[in-house]
Amino acid sequence: MREMRPPRNYFVRAFRRDAGMLSRVADSLYWMSRYLERAEHTARLVDVELQLWLDQSPEAGAGRWRFLLEALRTPAAAGPIDPTRLVDTLVFSRKNSSSIVSCIATARENLRHVREQCSSEMWEQLNRLYLGVMDARPEEAWMLKSHGFFRGVLEGAHLFQGITDTTMSHGEGWQYIQLGRYVERADTLASLMETHFKRMAQPADQVVESAEYLEWVGLLRACVAFEAYCKAHTAEIRPLRVAEFLLLNPEFPHSVRFSVDRVNAALHIVGDLTERKAKTPTRIAGRLRAQLSFSQIEEIMAEGAYTYLENVRSECAQIHAAIHQVYFDYAIEAELAS
Amino acid sequence: MTATALPSRIGIPPTLLHYPYGSAYDEMFASPDVPRAHYQALQRTLLGLRPEELRKVQQAADLTFLQEGITFTVYGSKEGTERIFPNDLIPRIIPAHEWAQIEKGLPQRLTALNLFLRDIYHEGRILTEGVVPRELVYSCKHFRREMRGLNVPRDTYVSICGTDLVRLPDGSFAVLEDNLRVPSGVSYMLANRKVLKRVFPTMFRDYGVSPIDHYPQALLATLRSLAPENSPYPQDPTMVLLTPGVSNSAYFEHTFLAQQMGIELVEGRDLLVHDNVVYMRTTAGPRRVDVIYRRVDDDFLDPLTFRRDSILGVPGLFNAYRAGNVSLANAIGTGVADDKAVYAYVPEIIRFYLSEEPILKNVPTFLLTDQVQRNHVLENMEQMVVKAVGESGGYGMLIGPHSSKQQQEEFRARVLGDPRNYIAQPTLALSTAPCLIDGEVESRHIDLRPYILMGEKVTLVPGGLTRVALRKGSLVVNSSQGGGSKDTWVLRSGNGDDRVAQIGAAAVKAAVEKKLAER
Repeated sequence: MREMRPPRNYFVRAFRRDAGMLSRVADSLYWMSRYLERAEHTARLVDVELQLWLDQSPEAGAGRWRFLLEALRTPAAAGPIDPTRLVDTLVFSRKNSSSIVSCIATARENLRHVREQCSSEMWEQLNRLYLGVMDARPEEAWMLKSHGFFRGVLEGAHLFQGITDTTMSHGEGWQYIQLGRYVERADTLASLMETHFKRMAQPADQVVESAEYLEWVGLLRACVAFEAYCKAHTAEIRPLRVAEFLLLNPEFPHSVRFSVDRVNAALHIVGDLTERKAKTPTRIAGRLRAQLSFSQIEEIMAEGAYTYLENVRSECAQIHAAIHQVYFDYAIEAELAS
Repeated sequence: MTATALPSRIGIPPTLLHYPYGSAYDEMFASPDVPRAHYQALQRTLLGLRPEELRKVQQAADLTFLQEGITFTVYGSKEGTERIFPNDLIPRIIPAHEWAQIEKGLPQRLTALNLFLRDIYHEGRILTEGVVPRELVYSCKHFRREMRGLNVPRDTYVSICGTDLVRLPDGSFAVLEDNLRVPSGVSYMLANRKVLKRVFPTMFRDYGVSPIDHYPQALLATLRSLAPENSPYPQDPTMVLLTPGVSNSAYFEHTFLAQQMGIELVEGRDLLVHDNVVYMRTTAGPRRVDVIYRRVDDDFLDPLTFRRDSILGVPGLFNAYRAGNVSLANAIGTGVADDKAVYAYVPEIIRFYLSEEPILKNVPTFLLTDQVQRNHVLENMEQMVVKAVGESGGYGMLIGPHSSKQQQEEFRARVLGDPRNYIAQPTLALSTAPCLIDGEVESRHIDLRPYILMGEKVTLVPGGLTRVALRKGSLVVNSSQGGGSKDTWVLRSGNGDDRVAQIGAAAVKAAVEKKLAER
């Protein structure tokens, strides 16, 4: 007797047809957003440092540059650091893949690969920003005009985010843009604070003055948090409160907790949209979120801020790897066979 | 409009004073200084603009193109891979009655070519009856043996076509080339229109120009009509546009069309074939694909069937296609019908299948496999354009009058070495049109590429890409060879023509005469 054969593709799992988007596109949107966030962070940090430098004695200045490199995870050359060269490395160098220009160029390249997925307005804005920084000459980022240059980058990035939010459908693709931005933000914030805490005395709940005051205000400014901090805790700069604000504040967009909340929310939505039980990424993000939601700053300091921040960064790396593995680069044969 | 409303500086604009008139048909001027009726309103607008203003307007338009990233890639060029496609601001205007002929002629031609493709990949009636020589078809580089006996949806091999038309000195249109594989340029047609509407809004409105904005929608309908019967959703197929990737010269166009149609833009690496079904990798898992608008050449589509070194294609795609589980637009193997030697037989092909006379004529073509024709061509190389039969984009051709003795010798050797691979045509004086070159209006040679879609019905958007040979005197309009483009205005029938004719025709003529008398 002839064996009955199942119909063609019987074994292939049926998916809701309009669920999901191209993995390659999701990947590009995610990275585009990460790179742009990185460019914005670097621009703000360098700008703040250049301004702090004006207020400080030459001796104090020298250590600053090394700190800046460390906070941005850029490997430093041995020997004394020449500030102009340093700015060039952080802003213009194409050899440094994390320089502002490199980041914007990579963000644009990623968006160029998926142009049809974003609105024309988004592409035009990112392209304008790119053409602007490619046109800038190194002296523009140094001293006199530096503020204008960095402001241009920051405004360009903000404008892009605004355009994205107002012209693009808040569907799955938009969620990857959120993921990219907030994973990157949580990571860079943790990295900046880690470097800062390593250098400063253990933060206490006391008002600080003069040189130390400048450092803590610098940290707040580097996270656009000075004004928001003052609203919450007045202009008295208490290092412990600064740390609490930047780590645990649930409402401020440049706090670690806020960023992780966003990552968590985006992951849940993506999980629903793709109908994939995204256990790994949501589990890790949920765990990190719980820690940040229920920790108290005094406990964290008692255990050591440094260790705590290390842990935040490692969790961010795991979230990143899990997103990659579940949505962008899964083993396709296994999916079809299951 | 009456004469009193005309600007006082009426006359030949300084920018037009040195406008040369050759033997070619000029789109704007019937005779020196007397513009054709449908160009008079345009001339008045140009008169109202000073050279600096013209230059400024052009700069603003160029900036728009750069900022919107409307670019193309020149292979082998060092100045970066992206370049804006030069756009000329002076529209090319085609009156309705002239368009009517094109509107009839192109669908006729494409219908016949589709019947021809079906025939040669099945019974081969036209070959048996000796209308087209069998060896001519079988020796064609783009003939795909793999397609023999394979049925394609609706028997439509070519669903998307961009035919190159030229205007001969007597003012009639002729077909220069049929592009039946992956014709490009339609996005520039749409982009030019967008920019021109912004630059000359009132003139645009007054002229009564036929809209072309529905092209993406028509293309989508065409793709939908190709859905394979095997598809689980034949009414609502999943359609994608397959691009070779971001380094392809037409990448902008691929992204543009995918976005305008609302379908996924995929690369070969996004697709895979499992059990003769094509899937794309999405974040929600693999999704079945039904129709592929592919902008990848036959050779690179499937490394298992065609070129093995291709990394742009999808292994197994051809088998899925053969099994009827996926449709391709255009079909594989359509290049045989736009082979430049087969081109010479198209009028015969039309008569054979449709029993009609061709509405659009061919350009005279010499087949170099024929000894008499070959000798004639080799003796008159300096008057001939010699082209390789399977090339496009202006590569592999000799323009006799603009070539050196050495180049002619080189082509002579090539022709003698492989006569099947070349054809020759007398050098045509392509029509000329006014173009804005550095703020001056000068004449340049142009052609016209309208786009035809063949699905459930035939769609020919009224317009096309007018390509411009930007180098003075050059006859090569291809973008890869330093060509540019301009917007093409097909006037609405009836009142369109009349309205333009009314716009102070007499006044302009009188003013022109006055200016001539002053000289």
